Amino acid sequence: MRDVAIVAFAQSDHLRRTDELSEVEMLMPVLHRVLDTTGLRAGDIGFTCSGSTDYLAGRAFSFTMALDGVGAYPPISESHVEMDGAWALYEAWVKILTGEADTALVYAYGKSSSGEVRDVLTRQLDPYYVGPLWPDSVALAALQAQALIDAGETDETALAAIAARSRAAAVDNPHAQLKGPVPAGEYVVRPLRTGDCPPVGDGAAAVILAAGDTARALCPRPAWIRGIDHRIEAHSLGVRELTRSPSTRLAAERAGAFERPVDTAELHAPFTSQEVVLRKALGLDDSVTVNPSGGALAANPVMAAGLIRLGEAAARIHRGESDRALAHATSGPCLQQNLVAVLEGESAHA
Amino acid sequence: MPDILSAPLVVAFPFTRSLGPVQSAFLTGLRERTVLGVRTGDGKVLVPPVEYDPVTAQEIRELTEVAATGTVTTWAWNPAPRPGQPLDTPFAWVLVRLDGADTALLHAVAAPGPEAVRTGMRVRIRWASERTGAITDIACFEPYDAEAGRPAPHSGEFTDPVHGIVTPARLDYRYTPGRAQSAYLGALSERRTVGERCPSCDKVYVPPRGACPTCGVATAEQVEVGPRGTVTTYCIVNIKAAHTANLDIEVPYVYAHIALDGADLALHARIGQIPYDQVRMGLRVEPVWTEGGRHPDHYRPTGEPDADYDAYKELL
Repeated sequence: MRDVAIVAFAQSDHLRRTDELSEVEMLMPVLHRVLDTTGLRAGDIGFTCSGSTDYLAGRAFSFTMALDGVGAYPPISESHVEMDGAWALYEAWVKILTGEADTALVYAYGKSSSGEVRDVLTRQLDPYYVGPLWPDSVALAALQAQALIDAGETDETALAAIAARSRAAAVDNPHAQLKGPVPAGEYVVRPLRTGDCPPVGDGAAAVILAAGDTARALCPRPAWIRGIDHRIEAHSLGVRELTRSPSTRLAAERAGAFERPVDTAELHAPFTSQEVVLRKALGLDDSVTVNPSGGALAANPVMAAGLIRLGEAAARIHRGESDRALAHATSGPCLQQNLVAVLEGESAHA
Repeated sequence: MPDILSAPLVVAFPFTRSLGPVQSAFLTGLRERTVLGVRTGDGKVLVPPVEYDPVTAQEIRELTEVAATGTVTTWAWNPAPRPGQPLDTPFAWVLVRLDGADTALLHAVAAPGPEAVRTGMRVRIRWASERTGAITDIACFEPYDAEAGRPAPHSGEFTDPVHGIVTPARLDYRYTPGRAQSAYLGALSERRTVGERCPSCDKVYVPPRGACPTCGVATAEQVEVGPRGTVTTYCIVNIKAAHTANLDIEVPYVYAHIALDGADLALHARIGQIPYDQVRMGLRVEPVWTEGGRHPDHYRPTGEPDADYDAYKELL
């Protein structure tokens, strides 16, 4: 099998509102930065794949407008997932593994400021039994948080500490939307307070993947993808044991996460309580640096936040701050779908 | 730079969905104040029921009646209900395992405050006074201390079963078109058409979106194009549009791609004031504005000689 690496990563500053920018205007500087990092031009890219959702924009086929930013003429090899860009990265990784491309540009973006993201996300729920009740994203996360508290796995103080640690870590992240001390705040949906919930904001991210020697030529220390897998839970929330994430566990096993310890984990946990579930599923102890970027509690551009976890993990390897990192992305309510990737620097595996 | 435009954008849709046999039985049952579950291959009762076993993926059809009473398995207090949610006063979201069921149903509990709700509390269904065969036939749950009921077989057959549901949805947005399109719309309000030139390939794009789709670079230099232009290609529309904005347009009419002078991308618009069968490639046209219109109503012939094919062939 071919070796594939993340060779470059860029992201926008994540902001509460970006009224002055269309999606493509927000995205384009990020695309230029990630291309400049490698010296590649848009026309050099073998495959382009993006993640976004029409429901954030309120417009059909909204991703086609963003395509202007990648130079889609003359025709390019391109695909789109109506999901977080982490799943677009998975598709691009498969494309490179098949030998149909040597390089891939993966990008994702979301402007949550256009609508009410708590209401928008209800439209991804079962439309027969759940959607008509309009349970918003915070409400569903709060049910999971209470289940964890009832099971004795966490409490409100421990959840507040997760928020505080994440936002303290984000002080070193120039792109983060929320950083430094943030009050726990009032209950949004009890037991979750403002501080347990991600900020609502706009942002974009992009990575470049490359195979083998191309990756070595483009990046001094490529972040080799040793494995990726993604799994989904049963559709109905009431069928699941909400305090556990067997899909994350299985994806991590299949991605090879448990073959050797990781030093870094970028977890896509928009809510503090979800970090508790993920740490348990992934068997992470205090020796692992979790979310040094601040994670989704510091910046949560919907559809890009999962891809950013892969990008942040890769960037730590590029900088020599990590030898073996785990990146996780989620989609859907209460950690419905989970993707795990294992990334390594060259020397770690020599 | 003009002010950034923004406008309300409402997306509303009454989604009509058909039901399979199990969903039909469950939702019809709710209309009749009867809660049905489905039995899986290993004997578990799923409420709400599904048509395929979540473990084995086998089709499952064996229905069972469960009680209208149950136990809260987890909950969350919602101090500020949002539009469309089951209650408009503060309530608890809950997962409820109905007596006789092995899985939990998502719904709401009416309670005076969070101190009145706990995991393990006993509740019963409060039925909606008007029921149509939908999950909202359960108005909510309410606290109820009583013994657990037992499941009983049920044929799942009702007179006049529900075969479909309509799930209305409405999402409210505030649309902001960004810098480039704001400038374009601002110019249109002065009856001017403005494109943007790509700094790399020199082409002028209209309407501008802030990016050159060929080079993938930002465009910023504004260029006024038109008002006259050339028909590059067209079609003849023979079916009257149902859309109310077009009701006064008689068929057949011509819809065309028009390369405005100075633009490197053709716009599309209706051609008027010329018989439909006399429109041709190369026809020179100009915009016609109506009082209060936000864009040209249509384009009409200028009377100039037709443009040479070579002048517009790159824009086809």
